[in-house]
Amino acid sequence: MADSTGSIGLRVSRYRPGVDDGPQWQEYDVPLRKEWTVLDALNHVKNGEDPTLSFRWSCRMGICGSCGMNVDGEPRLTCGAFLGDYAPGPIRVEPLSNFPVIRDLVIDMTDFMEKLPRVKPWIIRDEEMSIDEGEYLQTPEELDAYKQFSMCINCMLCYAACPIYGLDPDFVGPAAIALAERYDLDSRDQGARERLDVLIEHEGVWGCTFVGECTRVCPKHVDPAGAIQRYKLKAAKESVMAFLLPRGSR
Amino acid sequence: MSDGDFAAAHDVLLVGGGGAGLRAAIAIAETNPRLDVAVISKVYPMRSHTVSAEGGAAGVIAEGDTIDEHIYDTISGSDWLGDQDAIELFVEQAPRELLQLEHWGCPWSRQPDGRIAVRAFGGMKKMRTWFAADKTGFHMLHALFQTSLKYDRLTRYDEGFVTKLLVDDDRVHGVVAVELVTGKIHTIAAKSVILCTGGCGKVFPFTTNANINTGDGMALAYRAGAPLKDMEFVQYHPTGLPFTGILITEAARAEGGWLLNKDGYRYLQDYDLGQPTPKPVLRSMELGPRDRLSQAFVHEVEKGRTSDSPYGPIVHLDLRHLGEKLIDTKLPFVRELCLKYERIDPVHELVPVRPVVHYMMGGVHTDIHGATPIKGLYAAGETACVSINGANRLGSNSLPELLVFGARAGRAAAEYVATARDAPPSIRRQAADEVRRLERDLLGKEPGEERVAAIRDEMQAAMEESAGIYRNGPSMTKGVDTLAELQQRMDNVGVADTNRSFNTELVAALELRNTLDIAQCILQSGLQRQESRGAHQRTDFPKRDDERFLTHLLTYRGRDGTPLVERLPVTITRWPPGERVYGR
Repeated sequence: MADSTGSIGLRVSRYRPGVDDGPQWQEYDVPLRKEWTVLDALNHVKNGEDPTLSFRWSCRMGICGSCGMNVDGEPRLTCGAFLGDYAPGPIRVEPLSNFPVIRDLVIDMTDFMEKLPRVKPWIIRDEEMSIDEGEYLQTPEELDAYKQFSMCINCMLCYAACPIYGLDPDFVGPAAIALAERYDLDSRDQGARERLDVLIEHEGVWGCTFVGECTRVCPKHVDPAGAIQRYKLKAAKESVMAFLLPRGSR
Repeated sequence: MSDGDFAAAHDVLLVGGGGAGLRAAIAIAETNPRLDVAVISKVYPMRSHTVSAEGGAAGVIAEGDTIDEHIYDTISGSDWLGDQDAIELFVEQAPRELLQLEHWGCPWSRQPDGRIAVRAFGGMKKMRTWFAADKTGFHMLHALFQTSLKYDRLTRYDEGFVTKLLVDDDRVHGVVAVELVTGKIHTIAAKSVILCTGGCGKVFPFTTNANINTGDGMALAYRAGAPLKDMEFVQYHPTGLPFTGILITEAARAEGGWLLNKDGYRYLQDYDLGQPTPKPVLRSMELGPRDRLSQAFVHEVEKGRTSDSPYGPIVHLDLRHLGEKLIDTKLPFVRELCLKYERIDPVHELVPVRPVVHYMMGGVHTDIHGATPIKGLYAAGETACVSINGANRLGSNSLPELLVFGARAGRAAAEYVATARDAPPSIRRQAADEVRRLERDLLGKEPGEERVAAIRDEMQAAMEESAGIYRNGPSMTKGVDTLAELQQRMDNVGVADTNRSFNTELVAALELRNTLDIAQCILQSGLQRQESRGAHQRTDFPKRDDERFLTHLLTYRGRDGTPLVERLPVTITRWPPGERVYGR
């Protein structure tokens, strides 16, 4: 093992349902190793000092989207947040904001899972081509048009950063809208109209006041804020915007 | 709390929501939309390990490629242990499955005219690997998951951990599972169950695999009486990052990357893999098969030609000559991973790599329909062993495998449902017993001195020691003894965490039992195979022995809990056993 250079404190938010009235801080001390991430530190605690600490993780390479937490107040994938960047600490580790907390660092994301199908994130076609006819042609330029929006790993960092979602949980939210846009921009898809119908209603895209926090925290550079902006333009082109706006505050 | 009564009942229950599970679920929904299908997975489907697959998915589509060549590459790659009927069927159906994914929105990389692009891959004589840059698994999984959302009759039990298969008279009737969020234990009836839980890299300490890859489906089947097949074949991928074990895709070599020892020498030329050329040559050098490349690394270590790192000996992957543009287009994730986890930019610097446990060729024994010997029980993907991979899987065959056999298992299960029988009363008793076991032996027990993490560490160390790239009889026997001791100590593990909600210590304890069972099977099967073939290299039996071992090994759970090994013939159709030739 590589040498560690001293230690660093972790201030971890603990919450045990049925036991604690609310979240409380628990302090741990972990070796400050340059190759260690906050996730490594949490596992160090769990495998030694405190097996009761609960958090989600899996791939530890920034692609499964499980290990999002607030680190020093910022939504981060903990598998990509290196301890050294937070020295001398202590590092505050909390569950992602704007979500109900199930336990310790584990948030309840069922709201997103219920919203996602509403934006119909799948290829919609008037007529399906038979597999026997081969692939739908799609040039590299056509692929580039939606590629960025296809990179979303559903890690929920954008929801944790979104001030609108924090105030109005009915807001469809950044990742789901980015995925709707991903399919709209796909040359194989013909479902843009259906998705627009969903997103111009109620709390679709209108909740967003274009704060841009979602894009700033996205670990995969998806730019949900850009997607939301595009939807607003699309909706405006429908020229029914004034009619459908649910609130008069903008 | 459950008393064995069924909380829910479905026609087909998928255990695991990764590529194979989702493909199977969609296949069932399309075969018979009236069927009640559910997916239970210990993680949300899009967290499944399919997400980490990088390089691509093989399927014959390019001009000049042929089905027979892909079949031959796969058979020779398998060191003739793959079943040729299964491989023929797999290769024939793979392109159609990949096209289906295309129709479902997978963002495959393209040629300038809009057709599918293919790249080279290790052990493949033609360019036939479809890819979505170097995040192929991620894109496939999300395309499958998002497509599955169309089917509103599909029930999902996200974050449900299956602890037992309910089997009576060799017929499956459901499962017992822990709902992680609440800690409640449920019995779910199902006429058919398909196991799609992926691999078990976590049997070893150093693996590309995610934390969730603990062989759950294999262990469930094994304990229910189904055999595991060819468990001794563990694939070491030649290029993992030294500390984390994060995979650097074979596509890096397919695009022209070189493997260099400490002298800057392309050492593979010394291991009967061909001669170095500036441009990659198919089935040669860096595009040789994974088993041979990982073995070459060990010899370089022995010769003192590797470099030292804090995490053991390493060699270097050189991508610098590929240039920034190619790396950013074809290998952007490689660059991202190197920058983040090694603070190295492969555009300008050498990437340190070493072999790392990556994939299990073995798994739950199935036929070409994904059926296990237990009626109604199916398996697909890495959990299963059909076998198309034999003694060594070729890179980019696992993604099409999970599609082809996921779909086939789904269709077979949908057909089976019509002939399924009602669960006998004994099933409820079994379920009640399992609930009691979980309550009493794990949750209700005072935590003893034994800790999950400690036993896990010792198991992983024992497996690395005894079942590495090279093994031998004494090393595996010693490993067997260590595992037996660990199994005993496992009985004294209690769960210190008394809160039922999202109790990850309970999950870790259940997973550890699974990995311990799998570890025993790997070693017992390995001891029985007294030859060297593919990924199973024995220093005490250094030659392939077709006379005695051109055969699968099935591992059953014996009455006393230890594995019993039986033989099953390999199916040979048109390709009699021959020499594996690379680079000449």
